[in-house]
Amino acid sequence: MTDMSSSIRMRASTRIYLYVSLSLIAAIVLVPLLTTALGGFKTLGDLRTNPFGLPVEWQWTNYTDILFGERYWMQIGNSLVIAALTVLLTLIVSSMAAFAFAHIRFFGSSFLLNYFLLGLMFPAATAILPLFIRIRDLGLLNTYWGVVLPQVAFGLGMSILLFRNYFRNLPEELFQAAFVDGCGYLRFFWHVSLPLSRPIVATVSIISFVGSWNSYILPLIMLNSESKYPWPLGIMIYRGEYGTEWQLVLAFITLTILPTIIVFFVAQKHIIAGLTAGAVKS
Amino acid sequence: MLPTNESRTMANISVPSMTAAARPARKAANRKSSVAHDRLTVLLIFLPPALLLFTLFVIMPMGEAAWYSLYKWNGYGTPTEFIGLRNFQVLFRNAAFTQALMNNGLIIVISICIQVPLAIWLATMLAHRIPGVVGFRLIFFLPYVLADVAAGLIWRFVYDGDYGLFAAISNFFGFANPYVLADKDVAIYAVLGVIVWKYFGFHMMLFIAGLQSVDKSVLEAAEIDGATGWQKFRYVTLPLLGSTLRLSIFFAVVGSLQLFDMIMPLTGGGPSNSTQTMVTFLYTYGVMRMQVGLGSAVGVVLFIICVTLAFGYKRIFMRHD
Repeated sequence: MTDMSSSIRMRASTRIYLYVSLSLIAAIVLVPLLTTALGGFKTLGDLRTNPFGLPVEWQWTNYTDILFGERYWMQIGNSLVIAALTVLLTLIVSSMAAFAFAHIRFFGSSFLLNYFLLGLMFPAATAILPLFIRIRDLGLLNTYWGVVLPQVAFGLGMSILLFRNYFRNLPEELFQAAFVDGCGYLRFFWHVSLPLSRPIVATVSIISFVGSWNSYILPLIMLNSESKYPWPLGIMIYRGEYGTEWQLVLAFITLTILPTIIVFFVAQKHIIAGLTAGAVKS
Repeated sequence: MLPTNESRTMANISVPSMTAAARPARKAANRKSSVAHDRLTVLLIFLPPALLLFTLFVIMPMGEAAWYSLYKWNGYGTPTEFIGLRNFQVLFRNAAFTQALMNNGLIIVISICIQVPLAIWLATMLAHRIPGVVGFRLIFFLPYVLADVAAGLIWRFVYDGDYGLFAAISNFFGFANPYVLADKDVAIYAVLGVIVWKYFGFHMMLFIAGLQSVDKSVLEAAEIDGATGWQKFRYVTLPLLGSTLRLSIFFAVVGSLQLFDMIMPLTGGGPSNSTQTMVTFLYTYGVMRMQVGLGSAVGVVLFIICVTLAFGYKRIFMRHD
């Protein structure tokens, strides 16, 4: 009996320790985000005297001015177009190459696979100047493709690897059966491999979408007119323009990260699994 | 002796593969050539797009970086002014670049010494089955999905000496307004704080996944043998987390080497170059001033570091994984 009660008391104290530490860390994560969102509702003076508390007077116009303006939607639209093109192209190109690596034995296939895996080793930043010159010479500066193509290329190593590992784990019997029934590689790819690969398609899509949505250095170097800017470039410009009018900058930041936060909470399971699984499996 | 031996092993290998290939072909005798044809078509359709994209936008630029790094060039026409390794010499004599190298190193050290233990600590806490665990995981992972640029700007506000949270806190305690990002001795630590804030959740998730694969019965056995909580952790859990630990450190290192997006909104590499990283240095001195040769030399140094680390790390630590 005494043992039981002591273990329960132990558990209660552990519990308190757990919740206190977890809440403390959660506060460190959330306070900057919440004060940013709230700061967008304040006046500059209010922000100066009271950055933590609720606004004295809620300044809805900080937000509505941005929402009814053209700029915010244009940047979100640009980001969406670039991310959608990146995901689509990544899926098509990498699933095809991975299928060839998974099912066809050909001379030099392992050498070729390792060639692609080189791309996992260094970031796009290492070759950013030659990339700029290449995109310029191709006449793709200040176009969506100028950002999309390098982005897809640098993501190929990871996505080919993920697709190939998945294709190889599909049961071999499927292939034999289809083969005996006279189904060629092309039809097998389209009618069997792809429909069975929804989980890995989701993983690759999430990784490349999040990467593209958040990317900054490639658009910074490849784009030069504001009508093409995705949102990470857009907020930097906005911050440059409004300088120390922090309340406007905060409202703008809040609105730009809002889509990410909403999507994250709606699809959290898939996003966490996608982003960590992608890391672990490679 | 040798040739016959060799031919025998060759025959041994080729026999099963022949029959495996022959079996479906026998069932449809006339299809064998069409299969080979089919195979070739697939290779010719499926591989070139990836190969072209990858060669054009990853491998060739990297090779060109090595080439350009030997020239002094402003990016127009073709590089003609060959200067040998002068760019590298300039680079390693540049105080801002050596500062950048040191900062990259510091970021790696801090990641390993603070971020990884923090992530393990949180992961072990969240391994308990208590209500609210899922919520906490979600909150801790949230900064990771935000863009580096957004995180940088948010913290630029937090650190702001006039309007930010740091100003309010230090005023509350009666100190003068702090300008952490403008102080060249402190700024890098402020940046490090943001890095930990943004990335610990990702590492925590890696460790949670790692913990889930730890066999519960081993822990129970240790408990029956009278191991305390700390002993259980130190002698059972931690050794079993080895591969996750190596993975986590690997990502910390790779992340540090490409750090750029977060620095730009926070400090832009300043004050007086105290928060430069290799990539911000490349941007400031190579891209902004269109010094293609010098910028490419930075790229080459970064490339060599990345590849050495990747191969070395894989060889030394990831052998058993």
